Amino acid sequence: MMPEFLDASTVQYLQAAALLLIGLYGIVARSHLLRKLMAMNILQVAVIVFFIALSTKSGATVPVVPADAVDIDPAAYVNPLPHALMLTAIVVSVSTTGVALALLIRIRRRYGTLNESALLDRLRE
Amino acid sequence: MSEHLPVLIVVVPLSAAFVVPLLGRRSSGAAHIVTLGALAATLVAASVALARVLRTADGVWRYELGGWAPPWGIEYVLDPLSGGMSVLVAGLALAAAIYAGPYLRTADPDRIGLFDSLYLLLVAGLLGIVVTGDLFNLYVFLEISAIAAYALLSTGGDRAAVATFRYLLVGTVAASCYLLGIGYLYALTGTLNMADLSVRLAAADESTATAVGVGLIVIGLAIKAAVFPFHGWLPDAYTYAPPPVTGFVAAVMTKVSAYALYRVLYFVLGAEPAAASALVFLGWAGVAAIVAGSWLALAQSDVRRMLAYSSVGQMGYIIFGFSLGSPIAIVGALFHVLNHALMKGCLFLVTGGIRWRTGVSSVAGFAGLGRRLPLSATAFALAAVSMVGLPPTAGFFSKWYLLLGAFEAEAWVGVAALVGSSWLSAIYFFRVLERLFVGADETTPAPERRDLPFGMLAPALALAVVVLLLGLFHQPVVTHLLERALPPTVS
Repeated sequence: MMPEFLDASTVQYLQAAALLLIGLYGIVARSHLLRKLMAMNILQVAVIVFFIALSTKSGATVPVVPADAVDIDPAAYVNPLPHALMLTAIVVSVSTTGVALALLIRIRRRYGTLNESALLDRLRE
Repeated sequence: MSEHLPVLIVVVPLSAAFVVPLLGRRSSGAAHIVTLGALAATLVAASVALARVLRTADGVWRYELGGWAPPWGIEYVLDPLSGGMSVLVAGLALAAAIYAGPYLRTADPDRIGLFDSLYLLLVAGLLGIVVTGDLFNLYVFLEISAIAAYALLSTGGDRAAVATFRYLLVGTVAASCYLLGIGYLYALTGTLNMADLSVRLAAADESTATAVGVGLIVIGLAIKAAVFPFHGWLPDAYTYAPPPVTGFVAAVMTKVSAYALYRVLYFVLGAEPAAASALVFLGWAGVAAIVAGSWLALAQSDVRRMLAYSSVGQMGYIIFGFSLGSPIAIVGALFHVLNHALMKGCLFLVTGGIRWRTGVSSVAGFAGLGRRLPLSATAFALAAVSMVGLPPTAGFFSKWYLLLGAFEAEAWVGVAALVGSSWLSAIYFFRVLERLFVGADETTPAPERRDLPFGMLAPALALAVVVLLLGLFHQPVVTHLLERALPPTVS
C-alpha cells in the first residue's frame, strides 16, 4: 500500500530526480572514463523520464483520435509532444554516446588505460 | 527564392554536409571546393537577409518552417541581432575553411571529405542556434554543433582525444541542464516558441518552477559559453585541436552560446524576476572571469593556452556587459562579441599556422619569427593590439562602451576589473609581440623569409583588416546594427 502523497506522477518525478543525482555523482566521482560515460547516459535518461512524466495523465489513453471522432476531449488523451521531443533527445543521446565511445577506443589504444589517474600520469610523461 | 532566405542559411551547409563525404571518395579537391562554395552561398544568403531585415521598419523577419504556423510549428526569426550573428558565423566559417585548404593538403586525402562534412555540420548547427525562434529546436542545433565539434576537435591527436572526452562530458551535462530547464518552462506554459513563451510567462504567476527552469537554462548555456567558473573544459580543448578547427571554434562557438543566453534572458524571460537574479549572478561570474582569465593567461608559456585563457577573460567582458542591462553596456557586449570573434579567430589562425610551418607554439619559440613570417606576424600584431584595446582598433571601442556602461551603473568592481585586465592583457600580448619582432639575436643572419601559403595568410590578414576597419568605422555599425539589436525592454 503506497502512502497517499505518493501518486504515480510524483513517483516518476522522484525517479527522474534520483537518476539525475546518480548521473551527476557518477560523472564527478567515478575515475574510470567508461563509468563516467555510463553515468552521463543515466543523466540523459533522467531528463527523458522527466519529460515523459510531464505528458502523463491518469485515466487518459494513447493520443490516436479516430477519424470519425466529433467531440474531442483533450483530457482523454496523453500529451504526445513530450514523447516526440524525447525521440529527438534519444537520437542526440545515442550520437553523443557513439562519439564518446570512439574517443574512448582511441584513448585506450594510445595510453592503454581508461582510468583517469593512470591516464593523467601517462599524459605527464 | 528570396522569401526562403532564412531557412537557406541553415539548409545550404546542412545539405552540403551530406554531399561532401560522398564526393570526397572520388575527389578530395572537389569536396573542398563544394564546401567553400556552400559556405560562400551561406554567407551571401545571410548578408542579403540581414540587409533586407535592416531595411524594414520593424526589423523582424519571421519564417514558418514547412508552413506550420507558430506556436505549433517551428519558426525562424531574423532580426538585426540574429541576422548580424549569422553573417558573423558564416563569414568566419568561410575564412577558416579557406585557411583549412593548405592544412588539409598535407592530410590523408580520404579524410578531407569527412573533415569538411563535420565542419559543415558544425556551421549548420551554429547558424541554426542563431536563427531559430524555438527553444527545443535550439537544443537540437546546440547538440548538432556540439557533436560535430567533438569529432573535429579530437582530430588534433591523442591528447586532443582526452581533452575532447572531457569537453563531451561537460557539454552533455550542460545540454541536459538546458533541456531540463525547457521542460519546466514547457510544463508551465505549454509552449516552446520563444515569442509565445515570453507572452505566456509574463501572464503567469511567479513560481518556484519558473525560477528552477530559468536557473537550469542559464547554467546549461553558461557552461557552453565557458563562463567562469564553468570554463574548465576550454583550455585543453582549444590547445590540442587542429589549427583551422581552433580558429573557427574559438572564434565563434562560445559566442553563439553567449548569444543564446542573451536571447533567452532578454527576449524570452525579459520580465521574469528569476532572469534578473540570473543576471546578477552572471555579472559577478563575468567579473571573476575577467580577473581569472587574464591572470591565468599571463602564466602560460604556450601561446595557444595563453589565447585560450584570454578567451575565458574575454567571455567575462561579454557576460558582464549583458548583466549590466543598460543600452550602452549591451551595445558594448554585442560589439565585443563581434570583435572578439574576429580578433581571436585571427590570433588562433596565425598561431596555428606558425606551429604548422615551424612546429613552435611556445612564447619563447616565437623569437625572431617576425622576420621569417612578416605578414602573418603583422596580422597577429594587429589583432593583439585590438585585444589589448588600443585605438583605432575595434577592441578599443567595445571596451570603451563596456567601461562607460560600468561607470553609468556605478559598478566599480567591474570598472577595476576591466581596467586591470586590459593592463594584464597588454603585458601578455606585448611579451609575445616583443619576441616576434625584436626577440631574435641580431648578429645571426636573417633567416629565410618564408611566410604562410596564401590560402592560410589571406583569411588571417582579412580578419585583421576587418578589425581595423571596424574600429575606424564603428559608428555606423553601432547605430545601424547593434543599437537595433537591443531587447524591447531596454531600448
